[in-house]
Amino acid sequence: MTNLFNYIDRPSPIHRLTGASKLFCLILWSLAAMSGFHTPLLIALTLASVMLFKLSKIRVKDISFMLGATMIFLVLNNLLIYLFSPEHGVEIYGSRTVLLEGFGRYTLTAEQLFYHLNVVLKYTCTIPIVLLFVCTTDPSEFAASLNRVGVSYRISYAVALALRYIPDIQREYHDIALAQQARGVEMSKKARLTDRLRSVSKILIPLILSSMERIDTISNAMELRGFGKNPKRSWYSGRPFTRGDMAAMAVCVALMVLSLLLTVLNGSRFFNPFI
Amino acid sequence: MEKDVIISFEDFGFHYTAQAEPTLYNINLNIRKGEKVLIAGPSGCGKSTLAHCINGLIPASYEGKITGKLTVAGQDAQKLGLFGLSKIVGTVLQDSDNQFIGLTVAEDIAFSLENDCVERQDMHRQVEQAAALVGVEQVLRHAPHEISGGQKQRVGLAGVMVNQVDVLLFDEPLANLDPATGKQTIELIDRIQQRTGCAVIIIEHRLEDVLYRKVDRVVVMNEGRIRFDGTADHLLCSSVLQESGIREPLYVTALKYAKVQLTPEMHPAFLPELTLSKEQKAKVCRWFYGQPIPQPAPQAPTLLEVRDLDFTYEKGTHALRGINVTIRKGEMLSIVGTNGAGKSTFSKAVCGFVTPQKGTLTLSGQDLSALSIKERADRIGYVMQNPNQMICETHIFDEVALGLRNRGIPEAQVKVRVEATLKICGLYPFRKWPVSALSYGQKKRVTIASILALAPDMILLDEPTAGQDFAHYTEIMEFLRELNKQGITVALITHDMHLMLEYTPRAVVFHNGQIVADKSAAEVLNDPEIVEQANLKETSLYHLAMECGIDDPEAFTRRFIAEDQEVRAR
Repeated sequence: MTNLFNYIDRPSPIHRLTGASKLFCLILWSLAAMSGFHTPLLIALTLASVMLFKLSKIRVKDISFMLGATMIFLVLNNLLIYLFSPEHGVEIYGSRTVLLEGFGRYTLTAEQLFYHLNVVLKYTCTIPIVLLFVCTTDPSEFAASLNRVGVSYRISYAVALALRYIPDIQREYHDIALAQQARGVEMSKKARLTDRLRSVSKILIPLILSSMERIDTISNAMELRGFGKNPKRSWYSGRPFTRGDMAAMAVCVALMVLSLLLTVLNGSRFFNPFI
Repeated sequence: MEKDVIISFEDFGFHYTAQAEPTLYNINLNIRKGEKVLIAGPSGCGKSTLAHCINGLIPASYEGKITGKLTVAGQDAQKLGLFGLSKIVGTVLQDSDNQFIGLTVAEDIAFSLENDCVERQDMHRQVEQAAALVGVEQVLRHAPHEISGGQKQRVGLAGVMVNQVDVLLFDEPLANLDPATGKQTIELIDRIQQRTGCAVIIIEHRLEDVLYRKVDRVVVMNEGRIRFDGTADHLLCSSVLQESGIREPLYVTALKYAKVQLTPEMHPAFLPELTLSKEQKAKVCRWFYGQPIPQPAPQAPTLLEVRDLDFTYEKGTHALRGINVTIRKGEMLSIVGTNGAGKSTFSKAVCGFVTPQKGTLTLSGQDLSALSIKERADRIGYVMQNPNQMICETHIFDEVALGLRNRGIPEAQVKVRVEATLKICGLYPFRKWPVSALSYGQKKRVTIASILALAPDMILLDEPTAGQDFAHYTEIMEFLRELNKQGITVALITHDMHLMLEYTPRAVVFHNGQIVADKSAAEVLNDPEIVEQANLKETSLYHLAMECGIDDPEAFTRRFIAEDQEVRAR
C-alpha cells in the first residue's frame, strides 16, 4: 500500500536528524533553489543533494517508482514550456542566438535551451532532497519533533494518526469500489463525467458511513487511554535535538541567504551567460 | 461497603438522552478485587452500557441521565471522571483494529504512558515489560497491518496494562477472532489475571467460549436488568439462558436432549470437570443410538467449478495455490480458516475482483474469465461483512433497485423485481422507509436483498453473523436457509463453528492459501489434525461423546444437529 511517508530504516547521519529540522531544511533548501535561476548555485546544490543521498544509504531502487514519476513530470513540464512559449528564454536573457530554424514560432535558440537547463537543474537539486525527507523521516518521530518545535500535540498527533489510518481507508475504499462495481456502478473512463461523479458518490457514502464508525471507536480508544488529559505529553519515538540538527539548519539558512544575496548582487533572479 | 469490593453499583440506572426508555434499571452489583466475572446478555440488553459506565465513557462520550450510585475503588465514579477511571480500569475494546492507535506495536503500548508524560527511558522499559507479559515482544517494531488479529488484541491488552490497573474490562473480546485465537485469548486473560491479581470483567454473549476457562461468577442481563448473578454451574442448571436468548454450551444442550438432569454438583460449567454417572452416560448413549443418524443429501449437478487456481499478489505473497473445488447447485457451504489463509482472496477471485495468474473458473459450464465484474455479479452475488460498506441510497426501495437500474432495466420491470425480492426478504412492509431507520440485522437483509434482486445463481457472504448475538444470528441464518431452500446456492465465509455445524452441511477449510479439507462440517470439527492446522476449535460434543464412550463423535455431532434443528423449528 502506498503511503505518504515511505520510511526506510537504515543507520545514517541523515536518519539521525530530527524530523522537524529535516522539514525546516527541506523548506529552506527548496526556497534557495526555487527563488532564482542562479545556474552555478543550482549545479552546486544538485551535486550536494546527490552526495547527501549517498550519505543517507537510500538506494536508487528503493525510490525508483517516485523517481520515475518525477522524471515524467520533468519531461512534461519542459515540453509544455516549449510548446506554450518557445521564446521564453529569449525574453528572459534579452538576446536571441538561433541554433536551428523550425516550423513557425518553434525555433531552437541557445537562450531557450539554457532556460530549460535551469528548469531541469531545479528538479535535480530539489527532488532528491524531497525524497530524502520522505525516506529518512520516521513519521512518529516527525510528529514528536513537530510538537517539540511548538506545534500543539493534538495537531502533531493528528499527523501520525492520519498516517496510521490512511492505508486502512485506502483498502476499504478499494473493497467498496469493487463491491459497487459488481452492482453495476460504472467506474470506467468510458462513462460521462456526470455519471462518474455519481458513481463516486456511491462509493463515498458507504466509505464515509463506515469511517464515522471507525472515528467513533478511535476517539473512544484514545480517551480511554488518557489522550488530552495533560497540557503536555511525552513521545515514545521522540529524539532530542543534537548538534547535527543545528549544523544542518545553519547550512540551509546560509544557502537561503546566499541565494538571496546572489539575486541582490546580480540585480536579477537569472544568471545570464549571454551578456 | 465491603472492603474488598472494587466496583459497586447501587440502585444504578442510566437513560441515554437520545432514547425514549432507560437502558439500565435498578442495577445492584458488586465486583470484588481479583474476581473474574462474565457479563452475558443479548444485544441491546445494556451490557455495553454497563461497561461504558465502568470505564467512564458514560458520561464523557455518551450523554444521558444517571441515577443511583456507582463507586469504583471507594470513590464516586463521576468524580473520578474518564481519566481518573482509566487509571483503575483498563478497557480492551471489541474492535482490535481500530483501537490500535500507534504506528507501531511499541508506540501503541506506550500511548497512555505518553499521555502521562512518562520519561522516554522509563517508557521504553515499561513497554518492554508489558509486551513480554502478553507475548508480543518479538513484534515491537511492526506496523498494525503486519500482525494478526490476535496479536493486535494482545497489544491492546498490553496498552492498558502499562497503567498498572486494578480492573481489566474486555468488551466482546471474541467477536473478531478465529476460534483457536479466541481460545488463546481466554487462556491469556486467565494467565494475566493469575499473574497480576486484577479483577477481570468479560462482556460477551458467547458463553461456551468464555467458559473454556473458569470464571468466578456470571451476570446475565436482559432488557436493562440483571436477571442472574451467581456461579456458572448454577446458571447452566437454570432456565435463565433460554429466557434471555443466550446460547448454552452445546454439550449442555445435548445432555438436556438426552434427558440428563443437570445439577450444580456435576460442574456442568467446566467441561474437564463435568462428572457424569454411569446411568447418565447410558442415557446419552441411548439417546444417540435411539434415532437413525441422518445421512448426507445426494449430490446435485455442478454449479461452480474451480480448477488449479493460483493467485499471487503484486508484492509476491502467494495468496492461493492449486485451488480445486466444486460447488453444486442448491448447496449451502462454509468457507473457514484463519485470517490470511486465502478465504477472502478466493472469494475475490470468484467475483472477478482479482485476476488469478493460473487456473479456470466455470459456472454451469461457462468460462468466467471472459466476464467483467459486473457481468459476473449477475451470476454470483457478493455481500460484504458490514452493511454500511454497501448501502449508498437513502431509501430501501432505491437501494435494492440500484443494481437493476444500473443495468438499464426498464423501471416498470425494476419495480416488479424489487418488490418480489423485498417480499422474499420480509422487507416489503418497510419498502418506503429510509435505510437509517433500520436495525443492523435489517440493514444486513437490505444488502442481501440488493444482491438477490439481480437474481444470481449463487451468493457469497463475508462473515454474515460477525458480532451478532444469538437472536440476530438465528434471524440472519434462518433467512439464508430459507433462501437456500428456494434454490439459491449459498457460500459463507465464517469464523463461527456453531454456524458451520448447524447450517452448512459442507465445509471448505483454507490454510496458507490451500484447501486442506473439503468435507462435512461435522467431519472437519471432529478431525483434531485439521482443527489444529486451520485454527479451528473442536466442538464440545466431541468431548462429550468421548466421555460417554461413543467412538463415532462425528455421527454424534450429526445426530445432535438433526435434533437441534427439529427442536428449534418448533
